[in-house]
Amino acid sequence: MSFLTLTNIQKSFGPVQVVKDFNMTIDKGEFVSFLGPSGCGKTTILRMIAGFETPSGGKIEIGGKSQANLKPNQRNIGMVFQAYALFPNMNVAENVAFGLKVAGKPKSEIDARVKEMLGLIKLDHLSERYPYQMSGGQQQRVALARALAPKPQVLLLDEPLSALDAKIRVSLREEIRMIQQQLGITTVFVTHDQEEALSISDRIVVMNAGRADQVGTPYEIYNRPTTRFVASFVGTLNLIEAKVVDPASNRITIGNQGITLREPLGTAKAGDTISLALRPEAGSIAEGAKGDTALTGEVTSSNFLGSVIRTRMKVGDSVISFDMFNSPGLVPPAVGDVVTLRFTASDLLIIRE
Amino acid sequence: MKTNRLLAWIALAIGVIYFVVPLLGTFEFSLRMRRGEYSFDAYQSVFSDMQFRETFGYSMMMALLTIVFGMLLIVPTAYWVRLRLPQVRPVIEFITLLPLVIPAIVIVFGYLRLYNSSSFLPLTNSSSGTNLLLMLSYMTLSLPYMYRAVDTAMRAIDVSTLTEAAESLGAKWPTILFRCIFPNVMSGVLSGAFITFAIVMGEFTMAALLNRPAFGPYLQLVGANKAYEPSALAIIAFAITWISMGLLQLVSRFSKTAPRKA
Repeated sequence: MSFLTLTNIQKSFGPVQVVKDFNMTIDKGEFVSFLGPSGCGKTTILRMIAGFETPSGGKIEIGGKSQANLKPNQRNIGMVFQAYALFPNMNVAENVAFGLKVAGKPKSEIDARVKEMLGLIKLDHLSERYPYQMSGGQQQRVALARALAPKPQVLLLDEPLSALDAKIRVSLREEIRMIQQQLGITTVFVTHDQEEALSISDRIVVMNAGRADQVGTPYEIYNRPTTRFVASFVGTLNLIEAKVVDPASNRITIGNQGITLREPLGTAKAGDTISLALRPEAGSIAEGAKGDTALTGEVTSSNFLGSVIRTRMKVGDSVISFDMFNSPGLVPPAVGDVVTLRFTASDLLIIRE
Repeated sequence: MKTNRLLAWIALAIGVIYFVVPLLGTFEFSLRMRRGEYSFDAYQSVFSDMQFRETFGYSMMMALLTIVFGMLLIVPTAYWVRLRLPQVRPVIEFITLLPLVIPAIVIVFGYLRLYNSSSFLPLTNSSSGTNLLLMLSYMTLSLPYMYRAVDTAMRAIDVSTLTEAAESLGAKWPTILFRCIFPNVMSGVLSGAFITFAIVMGEFTMAALLNRPAFGPYLQLVGANKAYEPSALAIIAFAITWISMGLLQLVSRFSKTAPRKA
């Protein structure tokens, strides 16, 4: 049962249309991430849900109720901002209590809820501190507690981890996910960091130029990208040009090496050029590597990246990268070596858009 | 290198002498009322003068009213310009600077033409009306300082994100303005308030031409008729300004917000 529904949402700023026919349904308790590069319209959609921007067209409903005539302060939506936005004149407890005071809750209820929220974010010992006395990570946890305190129907997170350093980002994103699951609150998370989106979302919306290119689980988005943009934006991917030999039997060639695809070629005709995607981690050149498909090529470079060694080989006109897990005894192939990359045919995806 | 340092010290010494010697001279002269010995008789005479108390109290009251009504005008204006109308900011800045380039005497003659007893709004017809006009003219005079102080304080906080955060928590405009924004620009508000206080306490032109019993015209009157009391009054006026500046420093030091990043 969908809880948050966005129907044909459009938004233009002057002559520039930043959101185009955006449709989305989000279930109650679901964690959905909007992932995309800067300027793709993801934050604009979030701000329209919050009521800070008015859609140029379309409808937003929460729990079956249209939000069209509701101001931001009437929507009961919690929001966490990239810049924390804690009130500098209030201490931690006062910040968390703000929404409850505004709602006119009794003092006993406010005190209990503030205590509960500070316990949830494990900062009950810092309730008297002011924002400027805290680290960025602590401030963002307080911002989360403040947004959750009035029990909002939807929680919106606008790149909340972007201003934090790498280690804090990882721990805080896990904390956010844990709290979201604990409270079962419907959450929309905006990020341009694919790792963040993949690690904490139930579903991801990959956005490109104001549209949703693909909506799916992190697994689907990573392993089954349906557009060239999604394939190139999420993770590292080889985009390989191939020639159709026999559409009926799904036969293609990559640099004159024949391969049979698992996926049907659809309307492609013999002689057509198609794009295929292959993840670098999908294949292996190790002896005895499993896989029903193989490509042979000459190594053009080999880069040590710490946990993996990324090697590039040339097959016909295409350059294919593949990863090998690092281990002390591993001898990476040298430039000029001829290697055979084995993988499963189902790992080769046809990119249709 | 040594020559440069010596020149710097000489420049500093000249500056100090230029500012301090007249002040010391005035102070020393104000203590000479009793023949042959130093005393605070001039100060005693000033403080015991009923007119001093009345004019000082009047100007004090006008300063407080100017600050209160000035804040009620400036803070929402600066807030609204930052939040919703950033494109009109240069216009507002220009308007707030006008009192610096238009002499006070021109402004007050303009007021007298606009609000005299035969005008559509005859404010000068009554004492309370003229007091209101004087307060409004003080508000105009303090605009350049007040607006800048508040605007600078607003620049230090992210006004639009704080507003959105408060709105998402259910707050309405009065709550946002008075509980989320106002307290965070208080250092700017108080800076503007102390400068306004100092300006109003010493202002002469407007008070004299509107014929109000303010401290500025009293200073002029005493200066024209007495010998030692004007020096004592000058020192008192300096003390008021310095106390205002000292409070301004204290307020900025004890602000609850983090120090601004360069």
